[in-house]
Amino acid sequence: MILDWLLPTLIGVLLVLAGIGAVRRANLWRAGQAEKVDVIAGLLAMPKRYLHDLHHVVERDKYMSRTHVATGGGFVLAMVLVILVHLFDIQSRILAWMLLAALGMMFCGALFVFKRRLNPPSRLSKGPWMRLPKSLLTFAITFFVLTLPAAGILPESLSLSHIGLTLVSVILALLVMLSLGEMLFGMTWGGPMKHAFAGALHLAFHRRPERFGGGRSTGLKPAKLGGNSHGVAKPEDFKWNQLLGFDACVQCGRCEAMCPAFAAGQPLNPKKLIQDMVLGLAGGTDEKYAGSPYPNVAVGKASGSPQEIITEGLVSTDTLWSCTTCRACVEECPMMIEHVDAIVDMRRFLTLEKGDTPNKGAEVLENIIATDNPNGYAPGSRTHWAADQNLSVMKDVKKAEVLFWVSDGAFDMRSQRILRAFVTLLKAANVEVAILGDEERDCGDVARRLGDDATFQSLAKRNLATLAQYEFSTLVTTDPHAFHCLKNEYADFDQDGALHGVDVLHHTTLLNHLIEQGVLQVDRFKGGKVTYHDPCYLGRYNGEYESPRALLSSLGIDIAEMERSGYRSRCCGGGGGAPITDIPGERRIADMRMEDVVATGAELVAVGCQQCTAMLEGVVEPRPQVRDIAEIMAEHLVEHLVEGAA
Amino acid sequence: MLPKALALVSIGRHPQSNRERRAEQDGRAVEMGLHLQERQLMTLSVVHAGNADSPVLRQYAGMGLSRLSVIAQQANEDVLSPLIDHVKTQGVSLLLMGVRSEMGQSSGMLPYLLAEKLGWPLLPRVADIQSIDHGVAHVLLALPRGQRRLVRVALPFVATMDKSAKAPRQTAYGPGQRAEIEVINTTSIEDDVAAQWQFTPAKPRPKRMKVVKAKTAADRFKAATAKPVGGGGKVLKNETVEEKAQAIFDFLLEEKVIR
Repeated sequence: MILDWLLPTLIGVLLVLAGIGAVRRANLWRAGQAEKVDVIAGLLAMPKRYLHDLHHVVERDKYMSRTHVATGGGFVLAMVLVILVHLFDIQSRILAWMLLAALGMMFCGALFVFKRRLNPPSRLSKGPWMRLPKSLLTFAITFFVLTLPAAGILPESLSLSHIGLTLVSVILALLVMLSLGEMLFGMTWGGPMKHAFAGALHLAFHRRPERFGGGRSTGLKPAKLGGNSHGVAKPEDFKWNQLLGFDACVQCGRCEAMCPAFAAGQPLNPKKLIQDMVLGLAGGTDEKYAGSPYPNVAVGKASGSPQEIITEGLVSTDTLWSCTTCRACVEECPMMIEHVDAIVDMRRFLTLEKGDTPNKGAEVLENIIATDNPNGYAPGSRTHWAADQNLSVMKDVKKAEVLFWVSDGAFDMRSQRILRAFVTLLKAANVEVAILGDEERDCGDVARRLGDDATFQSLAKRNLATLAQYEFSTLVTTDPHAFHCLKNEYADFDQDGALHGVDVLHHTTLLNHLIEQGVLQVDRFKGGKVTYHDPCYLGRYNGEYESPRALLSSLGIDIAEMERSGYRSRCCGGGGGAPITDIPGERRIADMRMEDVVATGAELVAVGCQQCTAMLEGVVEPRPQVRDIAEIMAEHLVEHLVEGAA
Repeated sequence: MLPKALALVSIGRHPQSNRERRAEQDGRAVEMGLHLQERQLMTLSVVHAGNADSPVLRQYAGMGLSRLSVIAQQANEDVLSPLIDHVKTQGVSLLLMGVRSEMGQSSGMLPYLLAEKLGWPLLPRVADIQSIDHGVAHVLLALPRGQRRLVRVALPFVATMDKSAKAPRQTAYGPGQRAEIEVINTTSIEDDVAAQWQFTPAKPRPKRMKVVKAKTAADRFKAATAKPVGGGGKVLKNETVEEKAQAIFDFLLEEKVIR
């Protein structure tokens, strides 16, 4: 029988070709910059990362997670057994039966893949991905038939005529070539199955291994200053494991479905961006891209290579500036790709090397450099908001239990209402609090998201030097952006340990402690329906979903949750310098978020961020009222008369 | 060979924070020079007289200068003659600078003194240099209330920047850090006159109370845009040159400009 020698040969040849492809692909990633990873530990941790962390994300779509377990698990098992049974020709009924079972499982999974591809949602890429379920089914069926004799179900020699046997053999061989070609050859030569190969290695060599095992790693990596270039100009300027990460994309489009800029019709689609990065690392044009484009940008004109400047032909600068750094894409990505890192890396090149930050970007950066605040106010007026607050200033007291990081909200009259409300609450709870006063500077969040890491680093170092002079056990802020910088990004520059052993808290967390300890008492809220908007930098960046909700329920509020809340909260549009670069779209992100609020029927939307407050209040009336949680609480504060005071 | 432009830059001061910065008008001078260079009308070099270690120089360089010269000077030294020497040795035919500095004496005299010593015409408050053709420049001067005057001037000349000139481009950190800063050591000439002066902090000038006389929007618009109507002027068109000169001379006497 022809298949006796043809089948092992086919499998062998395809395995060798896959091996060659793997080496070639790995060389493409190696064009990137060096980055130290623990190779052995990574590879050892990979199965757990896949089964636990990755599956945890996939599990959000139950249909797909089960389908993938059946298909992927079935295939991996089947492939190992195919090699044993058909390549090494191990005569074992048990192995053959196991192979049949694996193929059966894979077949069932592939049927569901097929079903989903009958009428695929717009977020899924089409093109070669449409043929994948067919290849999967073909693989399962063909090898099922081929394994039947080994399992003893069919006799070794069928009672067919010689011609019939040859015909069947040729057809089977053809099907093996097609399906196994897709699975093995396609895996390393850029087919849809590439995600399995690159994805597995991406999990092993992930740039943020802290994310696995329930951890969190959201702070941007510091840019190395000095040298001939800053940021990422060409694909080869990415770290090698970032390139590997791009290659892991399955084009499932979950990022696209969550991206606020995409929904607003701004020229950004995270999935397309990652695919463009793949083009960049492998070279070529986007003619074959079969997913949703950047809104209002035609597909087919982008081209790039590892040595070409990305913004000169591969990705437009508007695409990079549309991102609000809300991290919804990263949170949603089943392959744990880091879109925001890549975008900020490319922004760094535009700002630090090209001096090309759009719209108000240049002005804001210049202001931050000259006055330590984005609007160019006199640094000496930073404490004017607190003229009537009788707050201790660190310069005088040197030491306090709680240091209140006021943030640039100090200059904005709307934000000042939040600051005052918070101070009222702290005083009611008799917390020993002090502020830095005029010694405080912008935390550097905006500068960093706009790509100016030089200014961010300078601010971080100067702020840390100021903080190092004083003693405090808790640092609290009402601004989640400052909170994120202080908590997650300053550590890279904190040589003197200014924040060592300090609890960095968002005001909602601190207030929740105070409520739990019973030192703060609030009345029942008597208004109408209330919903809560999770700020990106509080929720997704820092995992604080509970304290704000606990505070609202302490007011007796039963939150009418929005469809997109918690880790899926939709951005207000105010992050990442997006209001400064202001890339035009079809709609405003804040308007869409307010529509989400309206859909709950709420009359009041509680927030925990002055930026969100500003964005949501910027939506034209009539609309629900917008209040920071501190403001709602201060309005319902139960004040006790101080003992002895008559 | 393209003619050479030289932009003079100073260390500015931010009005709110008093911190050193790229001076607004000098930034415009560099911007205009770069724009001339990009249009291949002139080549630009930039010079600062003062301290070569100021980080602000990197901000100017970050606009896209590969090198920047610094004539090393102390705060108490007179920059005039070293600058003139530099202009002469470099063979410059266009001097670009701000109207006045944001720090120090800020008298606005430097461009006039330079023009006088070099014997070049001075074009104050330039909005744009439209073209330079065979050594003749078409320059748009900014007049009050958004008016413009187009003049033709032969190179060389001195030009100061109006705030309506194109705003300076964003400064980029990387190129700014990499730019070469060339220090030129000159003989120092102490400013004896200035050494005699006493400096006291400026008192804020009392502000005129704003009385809105206009009743309607149209009146307010007119008040904001109308030309001041001077009653005393006289237009001389057909008179002889001598008569015209006499009229100007009489006017200067009357205004006590000359005595």
